[in-house]
Amino acid sequence: MTVLKLALKNLLGAGLRTWLNVFVLSLSFVLIIFARGLIDGMNRQAEQAMVASEVAGGHFQHPAYEPYDPLTLVDAHGPVPAPLGDLAAAGKAAPVLVIQGTIYPEGRLFTVQVKGIDPGQGVINIPTEFLGGAAAASGEIPALIGARMAKTTGLGKGDAFTLQWRDARGTFDAREAVVVEIFSTSVQTVDSGQIWIPLDLLREMTGLDGEATFVITTRGAAPPTLSPAVPPGAPAWIFRGPEYFFSDLRAMVASKTAGSTIIYAIFLLLAMLAIFDTQVLSIFHRRREIGTLMALGFTRGKVIGLFTLEGMLNSVLAALVAAAYGIPLLSWIARTGWALPSDTDSYGFALGERIFPAYGAGLVIGTTALVLLVTTVVSFLPTRRIAKLKPTDALRGRTR
Amino acid sequence: MNDTSDGALIRTKDLKKIYPMGLHKIEALAGVTLSFAKGEFAGLVGPSGSGKTTLLNIVGSLDAPSEGSAVVMGQAIESLSHKQAARLRNRHIGFIFQTFNLLPVYTVYENVEFALLLLGDPPAVRRRKVMAALEWVHLADRAKSKPAQLSGGQSQRVAIARAVVKEPDIILADEPTANLDAENSHGILGTMERLNRDLGTTFIFATHDPKVMQYLRRKITLVDGRVASDEAQDGGRP
Repeated sequence: MTVLKLALKNLLGAGLRTWLNVFVLSLSFVLIIFARGLIDGMNRQAEQAMVASEVAGGHFQHPAYEPYDPLTLVDAHGPVPAPLGDLAAAGKAAPVLVIQGTIYPEGRLFTVQVKGIDPGQGVINIPTEFLGGAAAASGEIPALIGARMAKTTGLGKGDAFTLQWRDARGTFDAREAVVVEIFSTSVQTVDSGQIWIPLDLLREMTGLDGEATFVITTRGAAPPTLSPAVPPGAPAWIFRGPEYFFSDLRAMVASKTAGSTIIYAIFLLLAMLAIFDTQVLSIFHRRREIGTLMALGFTRGKVIGLFTLEGMLNSVLAALVAAAYGIPLLSWIARTGWALPSDTDSYGFALGERIFPAYGAGLVIGTTALVLLVTTVVSFLPTRRIAKLKPTDALRGRTR
Repeated sequence: MNDTSDGALIRTKDLKKIYPMGLHKIEALAGVTLSFAKGEFAGLVGPSGSGKTTLLNIVGSLDAPSEGSAVVMGQAIESLSHKQAARLRNRHIGFIFQTFNLLPVYTVYENVEFALLLLGDPPAVRRRKVMAALEWVHLADRAKSKPAQLSGGQSQRVAIARAVVKEPDIILADEPTANLDAENSHGILGTMERLNRDLGTTFIFATHDPKVMQYLRRKITLVDGRVASDEAQDGGRP
């Protein structure tokens, strides 16, 4: 208690020097929490967007389907297993048939993935309702595309283009398609290089009646067991839960985290340098005081403890100061979001126009513990000099 | 056991202290044999470099002898660990320094209380003892002042209060009047003499101030690390 009281008094008695250190350290606190919160928020937001627009409760995929290998699409389709068909009929799943195709907007050529989906599905939040109704009855292929795809191909709503594909027997066919709607999404994987058309129409175009490449299950529903429906010898459809789709995202988040860690590590280093310098100077200037403490009965260990505690208290004060201005500031940013630059797509994240940082208790506690630990170590290092200090030298104001 | 077998609180025998200085060695103490009984008001006098402060530091367990022995309160200084030495200082020895050495961030009250905090006295006991010590040195009204707000004489009186508050057996004062004017010096010395008389505390000074010497009842003159003379004198207020 004596040591704590003395440490606090010494620290506060140092005035501006203390508050300067505390302020710089508090900036580290806020910056670390903000940077980590931003990345956590990005991660959470991207996951939420992916779940809403693409993943939902997970995909049952045809065993030949490899999402990262377009060449597998030729064979990656089959009859929808009965339990999944039942789920789809109940509105709890959405079968998707995927084929390779080519479009020719204004004479240019683009290789695309043509995805057939039920216009009435409610499993993912792509506006597939535009594919139904009058658009389906017009005789042209109604096509739904994302804003990125529209930008890349130069297509607008109502524009017609030629779509070429191969049917189940490998025969090329082509028809006019019309863009019935352009939707905006932050999830690139349902937008870039893809066109969405009605599932029944695609099945008819390809002769793949009743077939699908994957089936999206609704969120919150436990995936059904398919084994009873799989004919003996037939490969089972593979369930890919949300975590499977997040793996790339997680890898990207990890790389972004590493990048931001370097920035706040530099900042933390500067704060620690200030504390280290302060400690070294403090020990140098206060040799006589150290001698006095020893004369009064302080052991060297206690003096070392006092100086270490003084340094460590910098981080406690910094945490309080950081809380004073950081909580309102970070809460405000969490509410209003952080505006992203226009070329955010290049980040590879499924994000909106703003990121909403997420500050979890673990983040705040972890950051506080990290800063406390680092500050304590940095505060302790210069005090080792005290262990070599003789009381008589200290009283004379000498260090050896 | 707090004293040696012959009743002395402090006994040194052939005490030597040698400081290495580059290739040379400086002999600060060259075989000092002395003893101090309880209640003495003694002084080590002599020119600079005669070994006064060195002897005081060894007796105060702030330093260890190179050769010989120093037994203080029954404990051999040369064989004490850092912790044991700290405990001896804490419980039995009070220090008064030339430069006062008050803790600048503490108030007068807290500076005096500090010694008791280390002893683990309960708050009520601490308060009673601190106020008594401050009244003793006529500074009870400055209890809330910081050292920077005090004059040199007042600061030294606070240092005395800090030294006596724990009622030590021995108070070691190293040039306590060197930074004080004549009036303050006499005031301080009178206070210490009163403490010695009323509490029976043993005082040992290191000084070359004639004003201090006038008060001493025993004057030990050191020259070149040796005891040149050891004589009793009337002491008391001049």
